[in-house]
Amino acid sequence: MKEALTLVQRLNGHPDSRCWFVSWSPTGTLLASCGGDKAIRIWGREGDSWVCKSMLQDGHQRTVRKVAWSPCGNYLASASFDATTCIWKKKNDDFESLTVLEGHENEVKCVAWAPSGNLLATCSRDKSVWVWEVDEEDEYECVTVINSHTQDVKHVVWHPNQELLASASYDNNICLYKEDDDDWECRATLQGHTSTVWGLSFDAAGQRLASCSDDRTVKIWKDYSNERGEAGDLSWKCVCTLSGFHGRTVYDVAWCRLTGALATACGDDGVRVFKEDETSDPDQPVFSLSAQATKAHTQDVNCVAWNPKEVGVLASCSDDGDIIIWRFQEEI
Amino acid sequence: MSGGTHLENANPVIFQRTRDRLQTATDEDEEIHDPIDDREIFDMIRSINDPEHPLSLEELNVVEQVRVKINDAESIVGIEFTPTIPHCSMATLIGLSIKVKLLRSLPDRFKIDVHITPGTHASEEAVNKQLADKERVAAALENSSLLEVVNQCLSARSI
Repeated sequence: MKEALTLVQRLNGHPDSRCWFVSWSPTGTLLASCGGDKAIRIWGREGDSWVCKSMLQDGHQRTVRKVAWSPCGNYLASASFDATTCIWKKKNDDFESLTVLEGHENEVKCVAWAPSGNLLATCSRDKSVWVWEVDEEDEYECVTVINSHTQDVKHVVWHPNQELLASASYDNNICLYKEDDDDWECRATLQGHTSTVWGLSFDAAGQRLASCSDDRTVKIWKDYSNERGEAGDLSWKCVCTLSGFHGRTVYDVAWCRLTGALATACGDDGVRVFKEDETSDPDQPVFSLSAQATKAHTQDVNCVAWNPKEVGVLASCSDDGDIIIWRFQEEI
Repeated sequence: MSGGTHLENANPVIFQRTRDRLQTATDEDEEIHDPIDDREIFDMIRSINDPEHPLSLEELNVVEQVRVKINDAESIVGIEFTPTIPHCSMATLIGLSIKVKLLRSLPDRFKIDVHITPGTHASEEAVNKQLADKERVAAALENSSLLEVVNQCLSARSI
């Protein structure tokens, strides 16, 4: 079997600035991108090519670091260095700013929706993670401020089907949170990376979590909470470390919910795809490099995202301002 | 920063400036591909102003040509700088100024790593980590007052 990563289309997403992040809508028909130009762009397919459908400006005063779609696909949240998070509502083909979430002391680094769509998490350089509740009237209320990290929090991600939240930080650790009597608490701290943890991604079932770091490794963590049979803290253990593949900081990791392929975005300009050896021991899984584009972009790759509906379609974006749509194929 | 009444390092040792680079015939020849070398990188950063003293980083021996390493083919630049005192609170600002100068001067393809010379600063690891974090550097450069201080360090001084 031969695998390959082929370039489908290159989009000059954010000219003369960085493209920090891309995010697919739940149906996989739209791609949102954001960057150092303070703008958000929405990309859609017209015929055989991807084109910019709309541009969301004036929402933020500074860099837009990350964007996230609500599970229903009708809302988009954007996290900015201006210390705010904007919620945009989709109206036909356009978006309007619905509300602005304020409270973080400085740069908001990431935003993520819970699978139910009723909760939103944000994290910031102010070391905190905030959980917001959304009601039927589109009102947002902060329900918890968690201060488990000792440094800048880089990323937050929700479990695919539970109300379990994970965060990654400049303090080299990953924290897992659950609600307990209306209060969100850190229930596990995953230690192992030796530098900043930049990105996190759960697998389809939510049994495992991939993390990527400035230490140039990717780690796979597995949930062993149930085996302990107690209601207390969560128990996640590192079962695999992918080292030696990345030349510089790994800025993002994406676990495909459709195929189980693991993609990484690296500061050495490369995009790589790893596949799990299906015959390996689940407690000691083996991942091997399946395909790579070593000079995918001309500068650091900041983000990789698998299309949630179309098998093998991957988007990446870079400091060079470009977005690339790739096709990862198992066989040629 | 400069002109304050309490200087952290009141009497720094001053070093001599290097002479200008000698131009050779091959430098003038447009037909010959000459990669960027250590000396060219050093020339970009040696006249950066110290935030505290009316002196250049070269005159304070904060930067030296031997601590500049460039690999043009691999598009990698590594700089080590030496704070004048081990508790220098300006270390991050000096490193940021070096980084910004090179970001502005070199083609985008270059990866620029700025570190403190090992063993010369009390918070070496923390400063190195901060300088290597491009997200924090990007956020810092959107801060207009900080950017103004960096630009002051980078502005050419008449000697």
